[in-house]
Amino acid sequence: MTKETVLAAKQIVKELGSGASKVMALRGVDLELVRGELTLLMGPSGSGKTTFLSILGCIMAPTSGELCVAGTSTEGLDPEELAGLRRDHIGFIFQSYNLFPTLSALENVRISLDVRGQKGYKAARRSEDVLREVGLGHRLKNYPSNLSGGEQQRVAVARAIVSSPSIVLADEPTAALDGENGNAVMELLARIAHEQGRSVLAVTHDPRTLPFADRVVRIEDGLIVGEERRPEGLDAPEITDLNKRRKAHA
Amino acid sequence: MIFTLALRNLFHDRVRLMVTLIGILFSIVLVAVQLGLYLGASRMITANIDHANADLWIMPFGAKSFEDGGMLISARERHQALATPGVAQVTPIIVQFNEWRKPADGSTRVVIVGADAEAGAVQPLSLETGTWEDIKAPDAIAVDRTYLQELGIEGLGSSAQIGPGRVKVRALTNGVRSFTQSPYVYMPLSRARYLTGAAGTDLATFQVVKVFPGVDVEQVRSELAGRLEGAEVLTTDEFRDRSLTQWLFRTGAGVALIGGALLGILVGTVIVAQTLYSSTKDHINEFATLRALGSSSGYIHQVILTQAGLSAVIGYILGMMLALLVVLASQSSPLPIIMTPQLAAGLFSVTLFMCAISAISAIVKVTKIDPATVFSR
Ligand SMILES: Nc1ncnc2c1ncn2[C@@H]1O[C@H](COP(=O)(O)OP(=O)(O)OP(=O)(O)O)[C@@H](O)[C@H]1O
Ligand SMILES: [Mg+2]
Repeated sequence: MTKETVLAAKQIVKELGSGASKVMALRGVDLELVRGELTLLMGPSGSGKTTFLSILGCIMAPTSGELCVAGTSTEGLDPEELAGLRRDHIGFIFQSYNLFPTLSALENVRISLDVRGQKGYKAARRSEDVLREVGLGHRLKNYPSNLSGGEQQRVAVARAIVSSPSIVLADEPTAALDGENGNAVMELLARIAHEQGRSVLAVTHDPRTLPFADRVVRIEDGLIVGEERRPEGLDAPEITDLNKRRKAHA
Repeated sequence: MIFTLALRNLFHDRVRLMVTLIGILFSIVLVAVQLGLYLGASRMITANIDHANADLWIMPFGAKSFEDGGMLISARERHQALATPGVAQVTPIIVQFNEWRKPADGSTRVVIVGADAEAGAVQPLSLETGTWEDIKAPDAIAVDRTYLQELGIEGLGSSAQIGPGRVKVRALTNGVRSFTQSPYVYMPLSRARYLTGAAGTDLATFQVVKVFPGVDVEQVRSELAGRLEGAEVLTTDEFRDRSLTQWLFRTGAGVALIGGALLGILVGTVIVAQTLYSSTKDHINEFATLRALGSSSGYIHQVILTQAGLSAVIGYILGMMLALLVVLASQSSPLPIIMTPQLAAGLFSVTLFMCAISAISAIVKVTKIDPATVFSR
């Protein structure tokens, strides 16, 4: 059975800056994301990971190339229509959480439904359920300043998935967390992919995230340079080995 | 959630909230006082005109206001008016500045208002003590309680001198203040003629016309205007306007009051715009996050407008409380400030408008948000 493709990028090129400081951040990258998989996008600093993620998330427009989100081409869409695509299909998780400091954990999750026009009691219930799912049932009323980094990132995860997006994009979700909290967040992301059938893409530097991945895409200097996939039936460490083998060969 | 977010943003920075509220409060109080003074002055200027039971006013050409009638007109105008179809009644009244010599020493300027109450055209201003019957007694007059000190007298029974004659206070009005600060002195017509040197004549400052019920005032007016040669005819509204123009605009007083109100609105708008803009700038990352989460720009504008609206409501409540205190405190002053439900409602609209205008710069700011900044933090 072929898995449903929810995001397809073809020959994405992105120039950033202008004049002398112009940078080719992406030089023609292709990527397809399917439901039910956790994909890691790895690469050195400055390789274009964040730029690529912004384009995949319809936050930045590519200089050239094609992007299809849940079957809709983004070409020619205006900012409001792009916001609409994000609303309907995409959830974001950021390195520095980007929670609203003046809203409680529950409200931070609810606002994600609120911008989608889902208000009232049902939205509150749904937000509460999702916070329980990420293990924060006892922290509903806490403000971000009274939550640990790991808890804050779990609130952010809840916020990203509460609207049931088919795609979840995360930029360095574990970079600000210690090992244990990082693992907890990665475990959550893997569960979101596997159990809820979403397509999760996480940009990361962090080799500790490898065990959770179904697929690892490597980017260097604006180009995809390699891809490993965990063979069916193999569990996570295998991919780490693949990685090691790749390094040994290089 | 829009309301929650706006409220939290607003209360997040208490100092800025204080500045915002003080800005709104200051401007509401300023606008309320200026417009309240304007209203107070207007009422004062037109009080006598409003109290007269008149449809039309016949007056010498160039009469500027109730107090400034100028030359006296003769009874010929009265008879011409009475002969005009539709006219029910024509009542002569005398209004003239004169010198009031205090019983002790010194003098002050007063405005003599002479009219016969039973003529029915001039409704007596609210008498607090005494009746219009009392004023018919020889030398009797009515003055306002507010001006007793100014007139250098004690109250009922006090005597003074106007021009050639002695006058005695037999009745008191209350709260009938004069915009010119020259107190009104009410008396019967013949007494007024005597004191103004028109004794034994049938001269008058105004001939106050009442038309029959159902008669078109405008038609009677043009008829009258055609007949009268030595005088002009104004409707009550026109006369009010002319008096207001004279005292509020020719003298610049009204311009200053309205200018002050506009300045208050301007200063308030600038302060609120400034604080709202800086609040939006402070929360710009959150707005960018909202945008990344897929919110429409309309949603974000609503947050900012709600913030502006909340400031307006809170600022208005505080501002009105202070303004009402000022209004209360002014009631015994020579120029009391007036607050009416209409003015209060108008002030609320002005506050909302002010805050909405203030939101523009903040909205322009968020419109320029690049949601890509969410990744660079
Ligand atoms: N606004 C910009 N103007 C010009 N160049 C930019 C801009 N933003 C990023 N770049 C450049 O584009 C390239 C890709 O940047 P990007 O942020 O995508 O890298 P990254 O892989 O996410 O790096 P890191 O791991 O450090 O986050 C870098 O060379 C960067 O310097
Ligand atoms: Mg990056």
